[in-house]
Amino acid sequence: MPLSDEAYLTGEILDEGSALSVQDLERMFALEQRRIVEWVEEGVISVLEIDAAEWRFSGAQLRRARIALRLERDLGVNAAGVALALELLEELEQLRRDRRLGRP
Amino acid sequence: MEFKDYYQVMGVARDATEAQIKQAYRKLARKYHPDVSKEPNAEARFKEVGEAYEVLRSPEKRAAYDRLGSGPRPGEEFRPPPDFGSGFEFSGAGQGAEGADYSDFFESLFGRARAGANRYAGERHFDTGRGEDHHAKVMLDLDAALTGGSRSFTLRVPEIDADGRLSMRERVLNVQVPKGILPGQTIRLAGQGSRPPDGAGQKATPGDLYIEVEFQPHPLYRAEGRDLYLDLPVAPWEAALGATVKTPTPGGAVDLKIPAGSHAGTKLRLRGRGIPASPPGELYVVLQIALPPASDEKSKAAYRALAEALPFNPRTSLGV
Repeated sequence: MPLSDEAYLTGEILDEGSALSVQDLERMFALEQRRIVEWVEEGVISVLEIDAAEWRFSGAQLRRARIALRLERDLGVNAAGVALALELLEELEQLRRDRRLGRP
Repeated sequence: MEFKDYYQVMGVARDATEAQIKQAYRKLARKYHPDVSKEPNAEARFKEVGEAYEVLRSPEKRAAYDRLGSGPRPGEEFRPPPDFGSGFEFSGAGQGAEGADYSDFFESLFGRARAGANRYAGERHFDTGRGEDHHAKVMLDLDAALTGGSRSFTLRVPEIDADGRLSMRERVLNVQVPKGILPGQTIRLAGQGSRPPDGAGQKATPGDLYIEVEFQPHPLYRAEGRDLYLDLPVAPWEAALGATVKTPTPGGAVDLKIPAGSHAGTKLRLRGRGIPASPPGELYVVLQIALPPASDEKSKAAYRALAEALPFNPRTSLGV
């Protein structure tokens, strides 16, 4: 039975070294392919190589995808709005970091 | 059970219109959304607001809720009246954000939320016979990332019983955390998602469980990606004259050379002593100047001697 509570499970980290396919993302988030294409076009998530025959995504894109889903669901933001929010959040994070380190 | 004043949570009047309630919700949701907000308790507030909106947006639920009045007198326990909701028809409770995680108060009135096995959009159903993938978020202690090791997480899993009612089951998950995991990364636990649907055949496999990792605050180190930051207090003379001082690092205390002429905010890098990912992160030691207290005559005399020997105006940059 897969839902065992006892044994210690060893997982796999999905990080910059991972190359996930469009189908992987579709499955993970139960999304239609057109939504993933829209995200890429709007810059919500980025592809490792945009001209590759098959799109691949690094594990770092999963966090962006999750935030995108939550913002779309909870705040009614569209893909372009999510891309903007993600950029602003990154900028804010960078500013906070600089301030903590006392950079001008 | 605690009575919840949903109007107060939303900051609207009891006779607020649907448009006013929606507007209040959008504003509060943006303010407290856990992905955007740095407010303390953002997540708890966001849930509370979502629950309030779930009730007030639905004419039936709102009308039933309004019949409760403004709650019990102070100090009195709230108990749902036995005839609560009679004469109303509720459409399923679980259409709101985050699915099934409502307060006891909400659940005592409107019942358990309906399950949404995949918390995300769920707009597509796969006919592959494979079980659904699940997602969970866990708060990990930094030590797990530094050394790796086994950790137990308790997840709340919605389950539908034989009568079709939803209940929350606690599932304890023992995970061998890989050393070098970073905040925001995902661990895939293959086969730990939903079982395949009934009748999917022998070859059908369960879905996967994806665990989103964030770090709990650590008393000493602040993680930023793979790098760690440590605030290290030094005495004024250690910063001014240079010194070798002990500093903690994740691998144990080391001697750190403070260069002469350092000041508050000077950042010293200890290469490769951050999170042991590949490549490993750095440990940045940020100097803080600690002043010895002028608590007795001897220390006061020392400060006076310093003031005399060293004319110093720290406010010249302010033009005063």
